[in-house]
Amino acid sequence: MENQDNVLEVRNLEINFDTFAGTVKAIRNVSFDLKKGETLAIVGESGSGKSVTTRAIMGLLARNAKVANGTIEYQDRDLLQLSERDMEQIRGVDIAEIFQDPMTSLDPTMKIGRQIAEPLMIHKNMKKDQAEAEALKMMKLVGITNAEDRINDYPHQFSGGMRQRIVIAIALINYPDILIADEPTTALDVTIQAQILHLMKELQTKINTSIIFITHDLGVVAGMADRVAVMYAGQIVEYGTVDEIFYDPKHPYTWGLLNSMPTLDTKENTLPSIPGTPPDLLEPPVGDAFAARNQYALKIDTQKQPPFFKVSDTHSAATWLLDPRAPKVTPPATILERQKKYAAMHEKAVAEAKRAEQEQHRSGEEEG
Amino acid sequence: MTDNQREKLLEVKHLKQYFNVGKADEVKAVDDISFDIYKGETFGLVGESGSGKTTTGRAIIHLYEPTAGEIIFDGRDESKLKSKQDRQTFRRQMQMIFQDPYASLNPRMTVKDIVAEGIDINHLAKDKAERDQMVADLLETVGLNKDHASRYPHEFSGGQRQRIGIARALAVDPSFVICDEPISALDVSIQAQVVNLLKDLQREKGLTYLFIAHDLSMVKYISDRIGVMHYGRMLEIADADEIYAHPLHDYTRSLLSAVPVPDPEFERTRQEIPYDGSAENDGKERTLVEIAPHHFVRAAPDEIEMYQKRAEEAALTHS
Repeated sequence: MENQDNVLEVRNLEINFDTFAGTVKAIRNVSFDLKKGETLAIVGESGSGKSVTTRAIMGLLARNAKVANGTIEYQDRDLLQLSERDMEQIRGVDIAEIFQDPMTSLDPTMKIGRQIAEPLMIHKNMKKDQAEAEALKMMKLVGITNAEDRINDYPHQFSGGMRQRIVIAIALINYPDILIADEPTTALDVTIQAQILHLMKELQTKINTSIIFITHDLGVVAGMADRVAVMYAGQIVEYGTVDEIFYDPKHPYTWGLLNSMPTLDTKENTLPSIPGTPPDLLEPPVGDAFAARNQYALKIDTQKQPPFFKVSDTHSAATWLLDPRAPKVTPPATILERQKKYAAMHEKAVAEAKRAEQEQHRSGEEEG
Repeated sequence: MTDNQREKLLEVKHLKQYFNVGKADEVKAVDDISFDIYKGETFGLVGESGSGKTTTGRAIIHLYEPTAGEIIFDGRDESKLKSKQDRQTFRRQMQMIFQDPYASLNPRMTVKDIVAEGIDINHLAKDKAERDQMVADLLETVGLNKDHASRYPHEFSGGQRQRIGIARALAVDPSFVICDEPISALDVSIQAQVVNLLKDLQREKGLTYLFIAHDLSMVKYISDRIGVMHYGRMLEIADADEIYAHPLHDYTRSLLSAVPVPDPEFERTRQEIPYDGSAENDGKERTLVEIAPHHFVRAAPDEIEMYQKRAEEAALTHS
């Protein structure tokens, strides 16, 4: 590991899929870190490669997938080099996943107590009774009401929200270091979604796990993430802290995403949208993959892929607009609003810090 | 707009849609709801899964036979029309756009045949040339080009498929379109495109929409008025801005408090309001009552005063 704070380091990952139509370059040179105890959100549209990235971490890539390059380092081992056998020792123990659809990720013919206990019996060689006692504890922890009575129920007897709690219980039963949540609330209603997100946050502090949160819902990201990586066409185009991405985004694609979501106070007559569709990854475009849909595109975008430009220690974006030689552009109005809010938040924080300091100073004087 | 100027296009009166009637597993999917939709407006219907919003849409277009109640469209009740001919011309005025652009297009039909199916059934084209021209025009209207006509659905992305679905709905020149979660299956950047298209078409063709969705921010954006459904009942109806700014019913308040907002600062301080649905089933007789102008809440007689107080409080702000 390059950094002691990291639990996972992904470097230069490239994954291709062999299909009848040709080779789909699904992941094109992706690198990121996951820090201890943090929630990293990966956002992007379908086909941007966010799920494929997590599949690679879990060792669950489809058969026609080829890892062309890169490493995924966890506990000083490269997960991509491990045998299926070794991977089985990690999957479900150290790294666990919550899937999008709670109905298809549970076994309809198995009692839920048994399903939750199974990882303990398989990985920790626990006896059935003891494992089910642990399962019961976990059921209570994830907020399944009347856990004692329901341990012998089957998945179809639960509502969608309760099912997702069961899936979470299964994922967390071995207290994993890393939890991958792939659109865990997309299939749920807003009020249930709020409960599940709340639960995930609470459990994260309780068992101190790091979360990779895959979603396309920026509202959910704003509430869950510590850091955000934005993916487009198989690449990360921007990453930073949640505040940096939401209040001071630099990549035109991030602008477009934030812009095209109406908030509850959007009033404009037409919603700003990103024109066109994502590129075909059978033949990824030369240069910046977003250029064709980008109203701010420069000439160089169609010729050369932009490198990452550093905005702050935690914030980088891959867009030529950040090159010091590039012409200055004005981001869309809603983004300017966000920047303003960020500046105001900063000012307020500084003022408060100053006031706190002065007060401390004054009380020190009074005492003296 | 005042009430007099607004013309009712659709009146739903005491609609009930029960399934498995008389059996042990009887479901009251829609339980006595009434509302009107005015000409040219977009009426948003929101609610969680199981609230009956989709069933309501399907009952309106007569995909189900309503258990009770009346659906009056353009002054007439479809179920009372006698001749098949009358019914067919009547039904042309109402079309539907479905949620899943993958499941709602026949994979074995070309785009041209999908879009032209309504034209054929209603004999709207004189000959093949006219039919082709109509399809080409429709595809252009929804932002596709006429070369797409000979292709099959699998050759299109989700957003494009939804455009095909919209073209199909427009083929018979309807005045009223039911949009059942038309953007839920689409990516964020594509959602905005489709919503803008729907808005443009409404402006050009004077369409009236019933927009069914669970994405509350999108519903607010597109709708003029909104109805909130829960467990088959209509709990609150008001203008879109009003219902979001000053929700009166506890359920609406709870629902709105759960909407994630793409603003980290807001999310850090967000307070969710829990909702206890048991109060709805205490046996009291409840009806939709106009609490404030154009703002209806489902209330029992002894609750009206409480809601009026709430509305007063809400109105005591600068508009």
